[in-house]
Amino acid sequence: MARKHDDDVIFEARDLKIHAVRDDGSELPIVKGVDFKVRRGEVVALIGESGSGKTTISLSALGYCKPGLKFAGGEARLLGQDLTKMSTEELRPVRGERVAYLAQSAAATFNPSILINEQVTEAPILHGSKTKEEADAKALSLYHALELPNPDTIGQRYPHQVSGGQLQRLMAAMALCGDPDLLVLDEPTTALDVTTQIEVLKAFKEVIKKEGAAAIYVTHDLAVVAQVADHIVVLYNGEIKEAGPVETIINKSEHPYTKRLMGAIKPLPEAGLGEDTEDLGRESPALEVKALDAGYGKGADGKPTTMVLRDVNVAIERGKTVGVIGESGCGKSTLARVFAGLLPPSAGDISLDGDLIAPDLRNRSREELRKVQFVYQMADTALNPRHRIKDILGRPVEFYSGLTGAAKMERVYELLDMVELPKPFAERLPHELSGGQKQRINLARALAANPEVVLCDEVTSALDTIVGANVIELLKSLRRDTGVSFVFISHDLSTVASFADEIVVLYAGRVAEQGPTDKVLSPPYHPYTRLLISSVPEMRTGWLEETIADKATLTGMASGVELTDTGCPFFARCPMAIEGTCDKIEPPRRNDGAKHIIECHREIDELMGGG
Amino acid sequence: MTTLILKRLGIGLVTVLAVSLIIFFGTKILPGDAAQIRLGQSATPENVAAFRARLGLDQPYIVQYLVWLKNFMSGDLGASLASDVPITNLIADRYQNTVFVSFATAIIGVPISLALGILAAMYPGTLYDRTLTLVSVSLVAAPEFFTATLLVLLFVFALGVGNAIVVGSTEGKGFFELIAHFALPITTLCFVIASQLIRMSRAAVLNVMSSPYIEMAILKGVPRGRIIFRHALLNAIGPIVNVVALNLAYLVTGVIVVEVYFGYNGLATLIVQGVQTRDYILIQGLGMIFCLTYVILMLIADIAAYASNARLRHPK
Repeated sequence: MARKHDDDVIFEARDLKIHAVRDDGSELPIVKGVDFKVRRGEVVALIGESGSGKTTISLSALGYCKPGLKFAGGEARLLGQDLTKMSTEELRPVRGERVAYLAQSAAATFNPSILINEQVTEAPILHGSKTKEEADAKALSLYHALELPNPDTIGQRYPHQVSGGQLQRLMAAMALCGDPDLLVLDEPTTALDVTTQIEVLKAFKEVIKKEGAAAIYVTHDLAVVAQVADHIVVLYNGEIKEAGPVETIINKSEHPYTKRLMGAIKPLPEAGLGEDTEDLGRESPALEVKALDAGYGKGADGKPTTMVLRDVNVAIERGKTVGVIGESGCGKSTLARVFAGLLPPSAGDISLDGDLIAPDLRNRSREELRKVQFVYQMADTALNPRHRIKDILGRPVEFYSGLTGAAKMERVYELLDMVELPKPFAERLPHELSGGQKQRINLARALAANPEVVLCDEVTSALDTIVGANVIELLKSLRRDTGVSFVFISHDLSTVASFADEIVVLYAGRVAEQGPTDKVLSPPYHPYTRLLISSVPEMRTGWLEETIADKATLTGMASGVELTDTGCPFFARCPMAIEGTCDKIEPPRRNDGAKHIIECHREIDELMGGG
Repeated sequence: MTTLILKRLGIGLVTVLAVSLIIFFGTKILPGDAAQIRLGQSATPENVAAFRARLGLDQPYIVQYLVWLKNFMSGDLGASLASDVPITNLIADRYQNTVFVSFATAIIGVPISLALGILAAMYPGTLYDRTLTLVSVSLVAAPEFFTATLLVLLFVFALGVGNAIVVGSTEGKGFFELIAHFALPITTLCFVIASQLIRMSRAAVLNVMSSPYIEMAILKGVPRGRIIFRHALLNAIGPIVNVVALNLAYLVTGVIVVEVYFGYNGLATLIVQGVQTRDYILIQGLGMIFCLTYVILMLIADIAAYASNARLRHPK
């Protein structure tokens, strides 16, 4: 996609320097002299870990610095104008008109109190480049181009009335409505499910091409970059480590840092990737649920008004890991809440070490509570910001083991050692730690109880590739050293595949497929498993085009997860659905032998093909 | 949304009933009853007993309570123990002053305070913002009589305008004459409510200003004024109406110091007189009126907050 003949530069950073201003007035360099160019029709990806300065650099294309930062030197030239020297008033006509921004979370970026259409058309109308009618017409054509459902009426809704993936595409419409020359996209698909990500990437790519804009694409996901970018700029600690065309960087990178980034990419799900762990020879599983039903709300008949989980059977063997996957809304977190006793099920049994335990947390003994611990996704919100690490870890140590004083501190140091953090961290406050370090403390807190089962709910989802990969390594070594069992919940199939011994694929609260990792990740597949596997981006160019050309994936992308009362919930998205059967009758549970279960009307033989 | 409002109405009703129980039985546990107070120390036991029967005080408390509540709802607050005048007449004499002063303070003080607070949120950290913060913090800390004294010193003694107390009758005066009549109490009260309103509206708007959708508006090149009035204010209405409602309720019920200082008769002075003369009936009636004022104002504030929330107005 080299367009060397078109040498028209849209944006150029020349020795760009940005500093953070500390409270005492001293300055700390964040971006240390960066040079790169974006030409018309070209997508340049800025990649790097958090803290590499990639978002800060991308915002300079709008002449904007986050509060606490300032331009300290160099130039950020958009269409020949140096934005770093312009006042807010001078920048106003440029922003939203020449250059537009797409943020990571559309849900936070749309004003909750204003109709979508007004927000989409606001910039061009304010800047006077379009009349209200022109802007509305442009917005409508974008809604069509972005393949939004009900394009004629979707603008008359409030942001909370549309789904996350739709809002992400609407944000693209908002950015494109003013026909900008440059788009700045900041991790626009990171928070999405793989299936939704494909849909959004496809829409972005087509629209960028059609509108003839240039783009700066900020991400830490190299596989996504391979799909959308023409050029890659690799950043580390505010400096450019390597830059070049996408093919060169992906296939022939020489730089050690780029190699580290690539190394952290989880391999694609393949059969047999689950680690072999020793069987510790216990007769009863550490934690087991049988015939579990659970939901929210309380109806007249004592059953939940919204049923989420139906007939779920999971056994977590000692020292093993059960991975739970599925898109958002499939009931993954609900299952974890049931295990933990936070949500008593409406039917079914929970047993710990072979003994039935109370469904409600409040009726469990301290010993039973100790054995099952929960690790939340957001370490930021799960750690009390005013408590020192020694208190965060010391409290469960004291509560469960009764240790105090020096013995308690000894245990705290031991826990820090287990999560590979040095002793002096005990005196720190959470905000003095990086994201990955916070997640380690979050994990250490669960380990403080000396648990048998640790429930990990999306613990790596908010982390960078490299940091996330390190956390997974840590989990593996903990499993080896302590014999703890893990329930690992994630929407990211490749992470689960690299760590779990057994996988449970949930769809709309039902088990679509369940079994040992290598069985689940090899044929026969449940159609939903196949969709998830084929949606994980591969780190090679052209993958996106191939995938969306595959009709099966396309049907599956069509809509979000809906809970249904009759038949197979996956019916509407299933390329193999049998009309009249799948939508009416609950699918049978087919056992493929060796504990591999698929719930589908299709025969095992029919489910063998490809994937 | 409708269910939400109905629920909120229900909660308001329960609050009023709970307060009515506290007011009624609270006055009952005090020593002496209405008959003794009305007839005085020298009354014979027979007279007291007869009078008690006439007032219904020989009935069980629960029956007395229900009768009292029924009368209250039909607008009969009973007769004052101190003067035998119906409570409603006592209130009628005073409520015009209170209502006028509160109303004038509200229409002058609330818009100015909100405008000052929002302006401070538009330019945080500037000299204007810091001065306003300093002044409003000082005003919060200053007691009402201190503010009132400063105003009297300034206007009456230094500038020589008006009187240090409210004098003369309100009979036959027009709106602006009335404003002039109550000028000093209104100004004092404006200062009192301004401090809280400025700080809260500034904080509410600033809180919204740090959200990602405001950053997005900045990056779309939306002018500052539109960011504040179209993007930020809509999402800050909830907390702001609540503070406004609390301050309006204060204006009706809590301005005793100002009433006494400037020497005019309002509802707050009346309830203090009731306490001094152990006029239980008066205390009960006014207590209920104050309670209703609070409950109704907070109800309006909450409904306004619901109505400003798109998620509640348009559920999925």
